[in-house]
Amino acid sequence: MTETNKDVLLSMKGLRIEGRADEEWTEIVKGIDLTLHKGEVLGLIGESGAGKSTIGLAAMGFARDGCRITGGEITFDGIDLRAASERERRGLRGKRIAYVAQSAAASFNPAHKLIDQYAEAPVRHHVMSRSEAEHDAVDLYRRMQLPNPEEIGFRYPHQVSGGQLQRAMTAMAMSCRPDLIIFDEPTTALDVTTQIEVLAAIRDIVEQFDTAAIYITHDLAVVAQMADRIKVLLRGEEVEEADTRIMLDAPTQDYTKSLWAVRSFTRPTQPPVEKGVTPVVSVRNVTAAYGVIDVLTNISFDIHARRTVAVVGESGSGKSTTARVITGLLPPRRGEILFNGEALPPDYRRRTREQLRQAQMIYQMADTALNPKLRIRDLIGRPAQMYLGLQGKALEDRIKDLLSLIELEPGEYIDRVPSELSGGQKQRIGIARALAAEPQFIICDEVTSALDQLVAEGILKLLDRLQGEFDLAYMFITHDLATVRAIADEVVVMKEGLVIEAGPKLEVFQPPHDPYTELLLSSVPEMDPDWLTHLLEERDAGRAGADVEPAGH
Amino acid sequence: MSHIWIMIAKRLGLGVVTLFVVSLIIFLGTELLPGDFAQEILGQAATPETVAALRERLGLNDPMHIRYINWLTDIARGELGVSLANGQSVSDLIGRRLGNTLLLALYAAAIAVPLSLMLGILAALFRNSFFDRFANASALTSISFPEFFVAYILIFFLAGAGGVFPSISNFRTDPSFDEFLYRAFLPALTLTLVVTAHMMRMTRAAIINLLASPYIEMARLKGMSPMRIIVKHALPNALAPIINVIALNLAYLITGVVVVEVVFVYPGLGQLMVDSVAARDMPVVQGVALVFAAAYVLLNLTADVLATLSNPRLVHRR
Repeated sequence: MTETNKDVLLSMKGLRIEGRADEEWTEIVKGIDLTLHKGEVLGLIGESGAGKSTIGLAAMGFARDGCRITGGEITFDGIDLRAASERERRGLRGKRIAYVAQSAAASFNPAHKLIDQYAEAPVRHHVMSRSEAEHDAVDLYRRMQLPNPEEIGFRYPHQVSGGQLQRAMTAMAMSCRPDLIIFDEPTTALDVTTQIEVLAAIRDIVEQFDTAAIYITHDLAVVAQMADRIKVLLRGEEVEEADTRIMLDAPTQDYTKSLWAVRSFTRPTQPPVEKGVTPVVSVRNVTAAYGVIDVLTNISFDIHARRTVAVVGESGSGKSTTARVITGLLPPRRGEILFNGEALPPDYRRRTREQLRQAQMIYQMADTALNPKLRIRDLIGRPAQMYLGLQGKALEDRIKDLLSLIELEPGEYIDRVPSELSGGQKQRIGIARALAAEPQFIICDEVTSALDQLVAEGILKLLDRLQGEFDLAYMFITHDLATVRAIADEVVVMKEGLVIEAGPKLEVFQPPHDPYTELLLSSVPEMDPDWLTHLLEERDAGRAGADVEPAGH
Repeated sequence: MSHIWIMIAKRLGLGVVTLFVVSLIIFLGTELLPGDFAQEILGQAATPETVAALRERLGLNDPMHIRYINWLTDIARGELGVSLANGQSVSDLIGRRLGNTLLLALYAAAIAVPLSLMLGILAALFRNSFFDRFANASALTSISFPEFFVAYILIFFLAGAGGVFPSISNFRTDPSFDEFLYRAFLPALTLTLVVTAHMMRMTRAAIINLLASPYIEMARLKGMSPMRIIVKHALPNALAPIINVIALNLAYLITGVVVVEVVFVYPGLGQLMVDSVAARDMPVVQGVALVFAAAYVLLNLTADVLATLSNPRLVHRR
């Protein structure tokens, strides 16, 4: 054995995995080779369906229910994982190979305290006694920079925030000091500002313990910060693999280049609206509450025809609540919504059908927003029928027009049900349904966050084209600032129910910023592999010198 | 924790309201029963005069709402009235029988609840295996037969020629504990067979329902054994539906055992109720019905409280 081979921790050769769908086994991982050295971090990236998670789990000798490993070798530190018995594999899992899941909120057992779940693996694998594990947990919680490391373990998962849970899960994965950790999209469900903290904590701890890791994500900028090497996957096959810097600077394959280029889409910014033009929608001094707690305080902004206003902020900042007030689902406590200069009744039940028709919504989860039992014909046809009174031939023609508009072949798709469509196609149907009412104004609520970048780009282009054709006004709710840069004319930054900053995109994105806007903007990961390091240094320096130079205005 | 006590107080209040509504339904229901107590008890001696006199004496001639209000005020004082048939206090009559019924229910529950939980857990662990199918099939078989049929089969095999257990569990004086266990074994076993299937299948379904959850996958990826995953990770989250089904079946053990009591001549509430209906002894019928209703209300209340306590999200607020 050569010196380099000794360092190999995990190797996969010709890995093949099949998945079961509709009573049929289809190959979802098609012959993947992978080598991971001790202490090395390998980034796996690709769109959904690329097989990233499946490969990550296979590194633990694990296949999800409905999946089976059919070919190839998986060797972990000299142990053939495919030949090993289930009991042997169980002995490795949690002890020498650990897993950090995408949604910590769902992956912590709601019935047990964090500390119990932390201690489970070390105690069960006979690595430590319970009291040692409890002691150790406090240490790791501290290293992961969790607040109150002595006490946080004695809380239940629902008592801890999402970002903290994700760190607690990383600490839990570290509990047996494994040789390898699989990170499966650990920051995808987090806000940008929280994501930074978690990324920094993960990177720190992996370095401290010299743990090898497979870092799975669809976000290139994130993987650039975390990985030493990057492997690009497409539909279960490898596209290419290289060291991070080489991969970022000079990808060789077209597919990789297209991934890299996705963020380049920007549409030309519209000229500023002339003074005196009546906005399509005007939110005036709105204060709204759920129960007795105000969630929106004195919100005001305008949306003009052919303009896109992006409303950005972290979760809980009141973006979606604003949409609920505009659509009349949540009547405001104070303030009003003007539509073309006229006040709308606060409650949607008291709005006329014509008023309802003018404002439509497109939702984040096309999956749940489309009735799975209805055919596309009915999904799109209903609003056309209800608002415009179309019947028979006219209705049929309208549905076909709408399908052509969203670039789906009418003849092929009109009689399908949502489950026969891809994620991007479903979102297109959501758009067609909103268009069917021929509105002047559409609220897009995180419409691209559940989609892969290439697909999302297609949706953004489509929305842009439709805006031009029908003079639509968009309100674009998002936490993704890359999307904002691409499509917004004006930006409204929200935090804790307040508008922090509002104005034309160029102004808001141009320094000097409000401190919160600055925090949001600087937290968006960039493709530069040194970005996170520099940012953390800057913030540390900023904290030290905060008294000298106040940020923002 | 204070919100748990508030919830219990609220539910108790609602329970009283429920019982009040039930008392109204019971009263109206017994009013609709055909036949007349005076007629029934006088039998051959029933002349129009004697019947009228007896009715007068028992207060049966008062208008309906007066009699209802009288009954309610009695209940509020803790008195359920006096049996028309033998002049005994209804509370005393019920008290004696209720003890027997509760004992039998407890006996059956002590076998059935652990048994069905265990079978349910094992069926979930070995899902789709031979064991799972066998347990399911036999449990379903046992509830598919009428209770009296199950009872007779058991009597045939366990009490008939060469059998070990008595087929009649009638005991006149207070039996010793061993004596009770021995005499009431067959009715308890019959009831066990009747209620096990429901609880077992709910346990299995509630657990299997959770096995696709991310936190179960997490436990598997931490290298936990299948048994530990079921018992430690799935079961605590499946408790709420299981507790509710157990409560329903316990209520059934108290209120639904008439047939089994009759077959084994067991001196429980069910028999008392049947006898009293036959004799048109309305105060007793109403009293027993009210006790049954109270059992349902109390058990459901207990189930709700336990289900709440089993959920940390409801016990430990943010």
